[in-house]
Amino acid sequence: MHVSTTVNGEQVSGEIEPRQLLVHFLRETLGLTGTHWGCDTSNCGACVVQMDGQPVKSCTVLTAMCEGHEIRTVEALEVDGRLDSIQQGFHERHALQCGFCTPGMLMTARALLDENPDPTDHEIRTAISGSICRCTGYKNIVSAVRWAADHEAAASPQEV
Amino acid sequence: MQTPAPFEYERATSVEGAIAALERLGTEARIIAGGHSLLPMMKLRLASPEHLIDINEITELAYIREQDDEIRIGAMTRHVELLKSELLARRFPHFGDAEAEIADPLVRNRGTIGGSLCQADAAEDLSAVCSAAKAQVVIRGAGGERMVGMDDFHVGPYMTAVGAGEMLTEVRLPVRPGAGSAHEKVERRAGDWAIAAASAALWIDGGKISDVGIALSAVGMTTIHVTRAEELLRGKPPSDGLFAQARVIAAEDCSPSADGRGPIDYKRHLAGVLTQRALRRSTERALKQEA
Repeated sequence: MHVSTTVNGEQVSGEIEPRQLLVHFLRETLGLTGTHWGCDTSNCGACVVQMDGQPVKSCTVLTAMCEGHEIRTVEALEVDGRLDSIQQGFHERHALQCGFCTPGMLMTARALLDENPDPTDHEIRTAISGSICRCTGYKNIVSAVRWAADHEAAASPQEV
Repeated sequence: MQTPAPFEYERATSVEGAIAALERLGTEARIIAGGHSLLPMMKLRLASPEHLIDINEITELAYIREQDDEIRIGAMTRHVELLKSELLARRFPHFGDAEAEIADPLVRNRGTIGGSLCQADAAEDLSAVCSAAKAQVVIRGAGGERMVGMDDFHVGPYMTAVGAGEMLTEVRLPVRPGAGSAHEKVERRAGDWAIAAASAALWIDGGKISDVGIALSAVGMTTIHVTRAEELLRGKPPSDGLFAQARVIAAEDCSPSADGRGPIDYKRHLAGVLTQRALRRSTERALKQEA
């Protein structure tokens, strides 16, 4: 079947099998391998992308369901060599070791800050509770999201 | 790599369109909403429908509103909306209790109340939540709508009263004064299925329990509606002594099986304790509203 959707602001279309999952469309058809393919069972959160701004597990979304919707992947965070403050926060606070969970964590955290620019640590932990880091680096991940929130608040003082 | 068996995909943009597609495609067609129960089952080949009818675009089925002394929830309302709903928090706070612990926020962004109820998994929380609230569901087919109570809706494990050519469109919760409700769940880790969970809703009128609903998740082949405890409580003033009796009944009337989540005795114990806690908290909430 034919599918047409928007990925990282660009209109993309292609022929797919109806049973194709979004994670495979992104990685194999579009070559966007930043989105990781982990447990395949909607448990681990490595495959999280944003669908119309909401973080979702792309191993449990059919590509066909994305027709007419906007998908945003980790590749969209960095713009012209400038890291998103979430990425910068992960860098500053050493929030990754092996990096496998990182794309999902980044997209989940980005969606959190877009909706709630000043989350508590509890709210950050709740937001990332669907993503598993087997290096057990949660403390630094929470710290990185906090760094990004503080950094973004400082960068836009007019909103205070 | 887990891949569903091949199927034909069709997108419905209206309830009428979805029902027409169900009629045209026959019994090998299934409706898919958020997909967070059906797609995992299809990946494991526990389900292999030949046609999927995607109802995610039927936005007219995504709502929570109060109308004619009822809370009406559209079948496509996602878990995240149930969790955030101020109307539900005021009228039936046990929805929020349950939603805060159903899967994780990412799954809650996709999964729907209609999908959860139609999955009819005994370990799923919303079935007990709706049963306790005395919910009725609206099932629509080409011939019109019919209303079904939760006891008749779940006809067995993973089986519902939704027939061929029909779909669930709405959940209705009767609103009555003096209401309080609570959902209590014990899980092994954040986002897991319940080891056991208890949902309670009660209505207090003139210092007495005028009506009560109690239902249990994950301790039987289907959601357990604890009617014997309800009969005991009805017409009596709420007290911890009474709730302790309900606790004994809940532990007796469930039928858990031993698995990785625990042995039978432990689950019975949990079902009782959680029932007592849910009744206690429901009463506190009902009295707070009354005051």
